[in-house]
Order: sequence, then C-alpha cells, then structure tokens
Amino acid sequence: MALEHADVQRAAHLARLGLTDDEAARYVDDLGRILEMVDMLQALDTEGVAPLAHPLDVTQRLRADEVTESDQRSRFQRCAPAVENGLYLVPRVVE
Amino acid sequence: MQWETMIGLEVHVQLATRSKIFSGASTAFGAEPNTQACAVDLGLPGVLPVLNEAAVAMAVKFGLAIHAEIPEVSVFDRKNYFYPDLPKGYQTSQMYQPIVGAGVVEITLEDGTTKPIRVHHAHLEEDAGKSLHEDFHGMTGVDLNRAGTPLLEIVSEPDMRSAKEAAAYLKAIHSIVTYLGISDGNMAEGSMRCDVNVSVRPKGQETFGTRAEIKNVNSFRFVERAIAYEVDRQVELLEEGGVVVQETRLFDPERDETRSMRTKEEANDYRYFPCPDLLPVVLDKAYIDHLRDNLPELPADKRARFERALGLSAYDASVLSATREMADYFEEVMEVCGDAKQAANWVQGELAGALNREGLAIVDSPVSARQLGELVARVIDDTINGKAAKQVFQALWNGQGASADAIIEAQGLKQVTDTGAIEAMIDQVIADSPAQVAQYRDAEPDKRGKMIGYFVGQVMKASRGTANPQQVNALLKQKLDALC
Amino acid sequence: MHDKTLAELKRSLDAGEFSSRELTQHLLGRIDRLDGALNSFITVTYDQALAAAEAADAARAAGKAGALTGLPLALKDIFCTRDVRTTAGSRMLDNFIAPYDASVVEKLAAAGTVSLGKTNMDEFAMGSSNENSHYGPVKNPWDFAAVPGGSSGGSAAAVAAGLVPAAIGTDTGGSIRQPAAFCGITGLKPTYGRVSRYGMIAYASSLDQAGPMARSAADCALLLNAMAGHDLRDSTCVQRGVPDYTEELDTPLAGLKIGLPREYFGDGLDPQVEAAVRDAIRVFESLGASVREVSLPHTHYAIPAYYVIAPAEASSNLSRFDGVRFGHRCANPADLIDLYKRSRAEGFGDEVKRRILIGTHTLSEGFFDAYYKKAQQVRRLIRQDFLDAFEEVDVLMGPASPTPAFDLGANKDPVSMYLQDIYTIAINLAGIPGMSVPAGFVGQRPVGLQILGSHFTEARLLNVAHQFQQGTDWHRQRPAFAEENA
Repeated sequence: MALEHADVQRAAHLARLGLTDDEAARYVDDLGRILEMVDMLQALDTEGVAPLAHPLDVTQRLRADEVTESDQRSRFQRCAPAVENGLYLVPRVVE
Repeated sequence: MQWETMIGLEVHVQLATRSKIFSGASTAFGAEPNTQACAVDLGLPGVLPVLNEAAVAMAVKFGLAIHAEIPEVSVFDRKNYFYPDLPKGYQTSQMYQPIVGAGVVEITLEDGTTKPIRVHHAHLEEDAGKSLHEDFHGMTGVDLNRAGTPLLEIVSEPDMRSAKEAAAYLKAIHSIVTYLGISDGNMAEGSMRCDVNVSVRPKGQETFGTRAEIKNVNSFRFVERAIAYEVDRQVELLEEGGVVVQETRLFDPERDETRSMRTKEEANDYRYFPCPDLLPVVLDKAYIDHLRDNLPELPADKRARFERALGLSAYDASVLSATREMADYFEEVMEVCGDAKQAANWVQGELAGALNREGLAIVDSPVSARQLGELVARVIDDTINGKAAKQVFQALWNGQGASADAIIEAQGLKQVTDTGAIEAMIDQVIADSPAQVAQYRDAEPDKRGKMIGYFVGQVMKASRGTANPQQVNALLKQKLDALC
Repeated sequence: MHDKTLAELKRSLDAGEFSSRELTQHLLGRIDRLDGALNSFITVTYDQALAAAEAADAARAAGKAGALTGLPLALKDIFCTRDVRTTAGSRMLDNFIAPYDASVVEKLAAAGTVSLGKTNMDEFAMGSSNENSHYGPVKNPWDFAAVPGGSSGGSAAAVAAGLVPAAIGTDTGGSIRQPAAFCGITGLKPTYGRVSRYGMIAYASSLDQAGPMARSAADCALLLNAMAGHDLRDSTCVQRGVPDYTEELDTPLAGLKIGLPREYFGDGLDPQVEAAVRDAIRVFESLGASVREVSLPHTHYAIPAYYVIAPAEASSNLSRFDGVRFGHRCANPADLIDLYKRSRAEGFGDEVKRRILIGTHTLSEGFFDAYYKKAQQVRRLIRQDFLDAFEEVDVLMGPASPTPAFDLGANKDPVSMYLQDIYTIAINLAGIPGMSVPAGFVGQRPVGLQILGSHFTEARLLNVAHQFQQGTDWHRQRPAFAEENA
C-alpha cells in the first residue's frame, strides 16, 4: 500500500505533530519504506487465526472499589507548565 | 409530505462507585479542582489502569435488568483523540466487545401504553475532565477531578418515533439505574447525559435519512425540546429541497435550538484498538448468577405487581413505580396503613400536591412515609374523618407533631361517632334554625336533598369538624323528615 | 571494587572490607572521571545515593542486611523516580521531576540497593544504538567508535565500563539483550508480566518488560528476585509466586535439550559471530547438553509485525505528552492546536516522530485490518512457533544480534536499523524470557549468546547461563577503558 504525502500530513495532524514540508517529504520516504517492509505480512495466510493482543492468556484482575488516593495536587502540579487556582491552563478552547 | 422521525439515544450514566473506574481516586462531586485527580487520572508517564470491580458489577446489573446478553468476554479499547480534558490523549472505552449485549427497555407512554425500545449494547468507559471557560486571561482552565469516573454508555437502536418517546425512554433508563442503585441519576450534576441521533424520512420509505447527532442534552425537558427543534429543522430543510448533513450539533437551551459544531474540522478518526494495559474481562456464570439473584425488583415488574396484586389502575401503578424513591415511599405507606388504594390516593393526592407546591423531591418530604401511613390508618379505622385528616397532614407537614395520633390527640380531632352526642348537636342546630327548618318543610321533597347541606355544615361546625359526616347526614335526614 | 560482581561485592561488604558508602563514593568518583567520555548517565543522584548507602551500612551494622543491601546499581531513565528527573531520553521530559516511584524502583529500594542515577537511552526506548537520545549517543566502552546498542545502551555501557556493577533496563524488542551483547555483559528480559510495568514510561505496553543487566547470570538472579512479583497497580503483571532464582543456578546441565533455530543462523549472520556462538554451544555439549536444530518458521515476519504493533501502541501511549500537565510546552502557543503541534514537534526526536506517524497511520480508518489486525494474527503464529519448539527442547540458543556492535552513524536508514533486531524481536511478541550472555569477541567487540526459554522459565535460563559462566570467562573480560582509568 503506497504512502502519499497526504497520508503523512493526515497522520501528523491526527497525532498533533507539527511537520514542516521538508520533514513531511522525508517522512513520506521513510514511512514508505517501513510500510513496504511491513507489507510482507500480506503474503502470509492468516485466515482463521485469532489476533493476539497479549502474549499471555490471562484475564483482567478486578480492583475492590476503595478510595486509596489522597490529594497530591500541589505535588503533581509542580511539573505542570501552566496552572492557576489549581487548574491546568491551555489556550482558550472554543466550543 | 408525511415525515417519520427516527430517534436513537446514547445515554451516559455515571456509575455510583466510590472510586474511579481505573484508579483509587474518589468520585465525589464538587471537590476543589484537581484534588481528586490522582497520578493515573492525570495520565502521568508510566501509570497503568486497574479495573474497578464495582463498575463491572453495576454494568452487568444493568444488562440483567434489560434482559440483555452478558458476553463472557469483554475488552477495553482506546479511543484516540486530543482534547485538554482527556489527559492521556485517549479514552479507555469498549468498541468491539462491550460488557452488555443487546437488550430491551420498555417505555410507558402518556396514555399508559408501553413500547419496547431495543438497546444495541452498553459499554463501560471513563469520563473526561471539565474545561472551564471563565476568564483565565483568555485561557481555558482544566479540572480533571471527573476524569476517570466510570460511565456506562447505553446505546439504543433508532426505535423512538417522537420526542415524547425519547423522553419516556430516558425516564425509563433513569428509573432502571436508580432502582438498581448503580447511579444517583442526578442530571443537574451530570450523572446522566445524553446524545441524541435524529433523522427523518418520508413516511413509507425504507432507508434511513441522514442523521444529526445532538450532543450534551442533559435533562428530560431538553431532550424533548432539542428533538422537536431538530425534527422541524430537518423537515424544513428537506421540504425546501435541501439535504441534511451528517454532523454533530449542540443544543442551546437558552435559544432553544441546535447548532452545528466543528464544521471546519475533518471527520474524526479515533483509531480504536484494544488497550494493551488492560486484559480481557472474563465473567463466569457464577458471578453473573450471583448478581442476577440479588437484583432488586425493577420498575416494570413493580408496575405490573402494583396493577395485578394491589389492584391499582395502570396510571397509578406507573406513577408510583416511576422512581425507586416514589415506590419505596408508597410501599411503606401501604405497609403501615394496610390499604393500597388509600395509600395510592394519599401519595398522589395530598402528598404530591404539597411536594409540588414547595418544589420538593419525595426524599425531602417533611412527612415521612411512616407518618403518612399512620395518618391514613386513622382514616381507614374511622378515628378521624377526611377533613380532619387534611388538617393532620398539614400539621405533620409543618412539623407540629411527631405522629398523626399525637396531633389528633392534641387538636381534639378524633371523630365523634357516638349517636347520642351527634343527635344532641342536631337537635340544637334544628332548634337554632327555625327559618331554615320552615323552608325545608315547605320545599318539594325532591329539593330537600340539597337543602340538608346547610344543617350538615352547622352540625360539623358545632363539632369542630369531628363528627362523622355520614352519621350526621343520616341522622339529620331522619330528624328533619320527622318534622315534615 | 569497580569490577566485582554483586555477589562478590556483597561478600566484601559482609566481611567489612569496605562500606557501602565507600563503594558508592568510589563509583561516583569513577562516574565523574569517566562518564564525560562515555555519556552513559543522564542524571547522577549523588546525594540520594550516599544517603541510601549510609542507610544500608546502618542496616548492615544492625544485622538487617539482605542479599542486595548496600549494592549500587543504576536505573534506565525510563523508570519514574520520585523527586528525581526522569527524561526517557527525550527533550519532552527534560524538565520532568517524577512525582512518584515506579514499582521496580520501590522494590529495589526496599531491597536496600543504592541507585547511583539514571542511565542514558534511546528516546522513549525507541532505538537499537542509543543514538536516538536527546542527551547524545553513548559510547561503547570496548570501542568508542561503536555503539553500545539500545535502547538500554547507557545501562549496558555503565556496567561494562565499571561505573556500576548492575543496571536495570527495559526490553521491548531486544533493548536489554542487544546492548548486553554489544557491551559484553549479561542481560535478562523476563517473561512478559513477570515484572511490574507501573512507573515505567510506556513505549509498547504489550511488549515492554524490565529486567536486570549485570556482570553475571548469578547477579541477574539476585536482581530478579527483588524485581519480580505481582503488583496490584499493573493489570498485566501476573499473580504468580516468585521462586528464588538463585536456587537452581548450580543444577548440572546434563540432559539439557538445546534447540538451535535454523532461521537464526541464516543469511545476514556475521560468520565470526556465528563461530563464537557455535563455540559456546560446544561448551554446553561438553556440560552434557544435547543439541538439535529446530525451526521457527515465522521468524521473518517478526520485524514487520513488530513495526505495526509497537508503533501503534506507542502512538497512543505518547499522546499524553501534550504540553498540558507535564513535559515540554512550546512558547506562546497561538491556540490549542498550535500548543499540541509545536510542543510535540519540539519535544520529540526524529525516530519517535517516525514511529508515532507509522502507528497513527496503521491504526487509522481503512488500514486497521490490513495492518494491526494482521500483525496480531501473525503475532499468534510467532508465539505458536516458540510453543511448538519448546515441546521438543528446553531452551533455544542463537546469536543475540547478527553482528557485533556496529559503528556509530553506520545505520542511517531506519529500516536497516530495524533489521538489526531480527533475533530479539520475536521474543517480545511471544512474551517469553530471553538472555544474552557474553560468548566471545569479534576483534575488540563482544558477541552475545542468546538463550531463550518458555514462559516463566527464568530460573532455568539463569541456571543455563550460570553453568556456562562457571566454565568460561567471557563475562569476566573488562574493556581496556575500564582498566586504564582505574
């Protein structure tokens, strides 16, 4: 499956990665070759093979419904780029 | 042209767990911003989710309540998108293998008839935080306390044909989740939120029209209004030869209209894939059976029982089973007084009227179910008459006594049924009312029935309302007729 | 002091030859002198290390020393360490002081170990050469022209150079085993789910696993004893008892059935590496093991499958780095989209972006089935290959890497870099444990023998590696760099 410039731009937008045109052009090339390598998978017949999401056949353990965490806001917000009145600040979101 | 409306609802119910779906942070409403957002909720680097058992149990209970299939295996997926209130850049949800399969919710329409609405599935997911748009120097503030609160998203088939049906469906869901105790159902605090899919098509057409999704419709009333507006908009558009665009719209309750959101943005691509941090949830039969065995009686069953076993009318049964609080209250009144119909009349009459006047919910009623039950019991056993009962109710409402008996005693409202005492009062009234007696005597016999009212009133007045009105009536008639 | 194993250091501490504080100071001094050239550490935690060493000495004096009390180690900078900068090798987290400890960090601290600091790595563990670090490449102490391998290159180089006796790494596609091989040390990637991932910054969640890197298999066993075990905070960490991994070390290997995967000895394998590996296998035969050829028929699909699954998971795992709650944020964002796009463009390096883009693309609408679902199906076939092989043999052996450490800058092309991981990557897809142990040299550059076992057979792998190390001294070789600067 050939990769187009638009595919890279679309992926970059979905992933919120700013790319210059030069970078995008380079990634079209890189990603194209990676996908070419990946396309080798298509040669393999996997009809009827169940996808494997986890290497072990184990199931989800459930946690008891208990409050175990206490307020650590000031500690957690020490590494935040912009906070005010305990809120994380971002450029105005328009709805 | 005749148009047919197709409505489907996606109802998000906040589950009433103590802690979040994937972390041990509290879900309590109203805390200071970000004080209930722990490392996991914030999506700090390296953190991992662990699933809350109570959220699973609540989802399964809902599934059992709507007679849905509960698959043995369900899987969590990631829904990827960027938004400031979504800390990890993905929402952990269930796309391909939800915890609750197809089921049915029965709705009751205004005329008392019922209609089944199919539920496509219900899945567990985490709630997002909140963006606060007040002015932070032109910035938006993000509070992640709500992030990670468990949600059950209940997705219906497009089986509803009117705004009223949609509202009835939402009420039915509300009723089921509150009966089950899996949500507080508080719409004002966002415990139940709703997205509505609306499309119209010419009557008789097989294929569906293009639908619009209305986001964030957060009250029963808004659901009706948003749909009504949206249906009109779509019909008008189509009749003018236009086309409906598949899009997301926002309901604005202030202007009572829906308007398009994010038109400039390209369609989302959420890139769902199984969450590698969570393993398949496998529910064994014993676990599901245990939950089934411990389900409370559900609204539909209760309604049926009220009709069949208690002999209530379909309307009464439906009103009294509408919420768990209402049903619990009614059932306690009934248990205390021993009479379903009297209990139903009082709960829907005097009590409902007083609650309405004061804008109170039944749980906030100043008159407890026990107090009301004891009052009704005194009516049934003829200790007081209907008029006195209303007085007692008002006194209970105003907190003027701990029980009906205490108020009856203190205010001397006990009904007088002693024939001698009533006769004495009648004799006095007849003696004091020669003119009225004369009129009575001169009247045509078929007019006298109406004229007796005056004497009854005087006797009741003389007894300060405590005389048994039936006895007063009968004795008066005897005595007056004897004078003719 | 600096070239001893953990086991030897413990004996010295017990005998009172030196204190943990003296040992720690000695190693911190070496880091000061040598690491400028090597660049194996991103952050050295002098004060915390000395405080921990003193606490360990006090515990020892009180008769409360455990197997690891007072022993120094280093942590790959992918583990969150409370109040200590945790960068994952990325500009994105250059300013990130972690507010909590990873489970592995807690466990190792509880065992009394002394962390000297955080080691260099490929950014977000994406790389096979340590050239993808925001903090610059790490040199291979055996040959400064060579890479140390990656992504746990800093951990491997620091151990090889005698800066620290052991280090903790993580392995998503070979990131413990390949740098261990390139730097001539012993590294173990445990079974997926054996060690908690909580607090380990995720690259590809269904593949990532932490493990020990040290100077001997016996040391790896000691460390795994402390690291392994159930963690309530990691759903994928198994509820399964932890054996004493040192207990089986001395079990003789007579009767051991070794399988040599045909596909691991094919085209592209450096003949000198092959010769060293075959020599090592003859050592096992001399210890009573039998050797036979087996087949892992889907081996060549492992790299393509990996480069769908790992980038897909990574693209999602790395979405949280958005400049809102932590990490790099661009200056003066014009609006929300600008905040995201510029913060991420500035914060992530080239290889990370490449993998985010690949993962985003392969998960997007219309491509999911052809890529992601297909790769997961292939993943099952790959795991089945191993399960089938382990029906016939106890362990598999082969090279850890097709070549010895390559030159810095030699693999400019991403695909040729990816192909370096041909022998390690399938192991992560299958979730089985694997080790690399020193098995000779090509010129100055070490060769690693890879030993693989079925799920949860770490004790057996450590036993096999330990027996090999009882009969060989490849693991005792030290680079001239470490000695000249002693």
